[in-house]
Amino acid sequence: MTYMRTILTGAALAALGTAAMAQDETKVIGVSIPAATHGWAGGMNFHAQAAVERLEEVYPQLDFVLSTASDPAQQVNDIEDMLATRDISALVVLPFESEPLTAPVQAVSEAGAWVTVVDRGLAVEGIDDLYVAGDNPGFGRVAGEYMAEKMPDGGNIVVLRGIPTTIDNERVEGFQAAIEGSGIEIIGMEHGNWNRDESFNVMQDFLSRHEQIDAVWASDDDMAVGVLAAIDAAGRDDVQFVLGGAGMKEMVKRVMDGDAMIPADVTYPPSMIATAIEMTAVGMTSTTPVSGTFTIGSVLITPENAEQFYYPDSPF
Amino acid sequence: MANQTVTTAPRRSLPSMSVLGPIIALVLLVIMGALMNPNFLGAANITNVLARSAFIGIIAVGMTFVITAGGLDLSVGSMAAFVAALMILVMNAALPSLGVGVPVVLLGMLTALVAGLLAGLLNGFLITTVRIEAFIVTLGTMGIYRSLVTWLADGGTLSLNFDLRTFYRPVYFDGIFGIAWPIIVFALVVIIGEILMSKARFGRRCAATGSNEQVAHYSNVDVNRTRLLTYAMLGMLVGVATIMYVPRLGSASASTGVLWELEAIAAVIIGGTVLKGGFGRVWGTVIGVLILSLIDNILNLTDLVSPYLNGAIQGIIIILAVILQREAKAKG
Repeated sequence: MTYMRTILTGAALAALGTAAMAQDETKVIGVSIPAATHGWAGGMNFHAQAAVERLEEVYPQLDFVLSTASDPAQQVNDIEDMLATRDISALVVLPFESEPLTAPVQAVSEAGAWVTVVDRGLAVEGIDDLYVAGDNPGFGRVAGEYMAEKMPDGGNIVVLRGIPTTIDNERVEGFQAAIEGSGIEIIGMEHGNWNRDESFNVMQDFLSRHEQIDAVWASDDDMAVGVLAAIDAAGRDDVQFVLGGAGMKEMVKRVMDGDAMIPADVTYPPSMIATAIEMTAVGMTSTTPVSGTFTIGSVLITPENAEQFYYPDSPF
Repeated sequence: MANQTVTTAPRRSLPSMSVLGPIIALVLLVIMGALMNPNFLGAANITNVLARSAFIGIIAVGMTFVITAGGLDLSVGSMAAFVAALMILVMNAALPSLGVGVPVVLLGMLTALVAGLLAGLLNGFLITTVRIEAFIVTLGTMGIYRSLVTWLADGGTLSLNFDLRTFYRPVYFDGIFGIAWPIIVFALVVIIGEILMSKARFGRRCAATGSNEQVAHYSNVDVNRTRLLTYAMLGMLVGVATIMYVPRLGSASASTGVLWELEAIAAVIIGGTVLKGGFGRVWGTVIGVLILSLIDNILNLTDLVSPYLNGAIQGIIIILAVILQREAKAKG
């Protein structure tokens, strides 16, 4: 089952599921998420799979269709297939991109199915019955507040940003607002695109360009890995610490072990997909109201609380 | 001799623009970088840029032969990620029995070379023997290797054992006489490639095959064998690049090597090799690789241009390079 989630497309899954359609009582919940092409998405795929497996046992009257797409166009196809061939009663979708997915998801909603949108909102309001998301401005704010507290006398920092998206803009704006007036100056800001290799290169160039860097906001744990390797290779000891984000297990472990270079981390849990699937399942099987907006706060992981954020089995 | 049979460029006292263009662009970039940041020409920055160019560079040298012989390989980026993943898995698995030391590293290197060679042979076999378009075959294997990596890593990241990584690390970061190993290996690959391309029979066969398959066939060139060899060689060079890549961050994931194939192809074309085949230039490819990584480096060292436009600048240079080539051809 582990490899099926990455290989099988929605169409293939739909073909397998004709048997389930014969049963009238069974409700089908479609789950459409981006493929595991980077660390966070890998963790999300892991948690989605785990949630589906668990819920299929808990609720025998529910069937799940999980499909992973590697681009927005494929995700649209997946969703259209789910609606056409699996007769889904509910759709849990983490949109690859907001704009292209809006119309197809709207069609699902108009066909009478329940819609749960995760993490990235749609371009038109009022389509989703339930919206489960991380707190992007909060992700930046918590990181900024931690920096300001850790560097009371101010200092020079560099920032690595993610892929240019609304998510990234919200995070950076939250961060900048939080360090305003703290004496911390951002002396360089470039896109590391949530990628280790690119962040390694960008950090190498930052180190060539600036004599004194007091700290780094890597804004993501994958990028922090590249940043740390670049600092290590340059043999520089001016950088006091690197602050990542998202809660990668290796980074949480380093926080737990009291590593001075990684004193803390900010969560943006890939397990939010599990929260969304779980709440949707509750909505389908009970009379409990679950519609509305559910925001999962970004929490600061410190050596004191790191243990509760450590999932050794997750790939992320 | 080789040049006469393959190029249509006229013989003149001054080299044509297709030769001069990339060199002028490189010189301009270096001057621009030096003016913008005093650290640009520092040893540390030059080492960084050259060392990180080595992966694409080594692959691009192999790509030069494939393109010269009239082929194309879109799978190299995914292949590099897959080979890196295999290498990490093998090394981690062998660690308990072999312990941290040279044997494990050698085993890893052997794995990379053999896996790369086999992957290249597979591409070559499907293209030459099964007779499927190179574009289609390598588009297919690109998808296959990419999803195999995702599967092997279970959607996350494969990491080399920490002690092993510390032991293996110097292969990327250290060197002799202050020159990092990736730069040395890159230079060796270029020298061997240049000799093969311009002095050896193999280079002439590649050019003949890419220039006109029928004519090459009647000139007693084994077209299929030549093509197969270019893909095998490229695969093995992907293995060599991976040997240099793994010690850097000690990890492989689904995002490893994304778009490397396009960067390698772009470097080959900027360097003056003809995309349709028939004429290749290894040293030109080196200039192409350096141009592409210098653009990145300079943009990171200054705040002059929005980093959003990085891709646009690379794109303009690729298109300019092809225009220069066409003008040189038209005059001939």
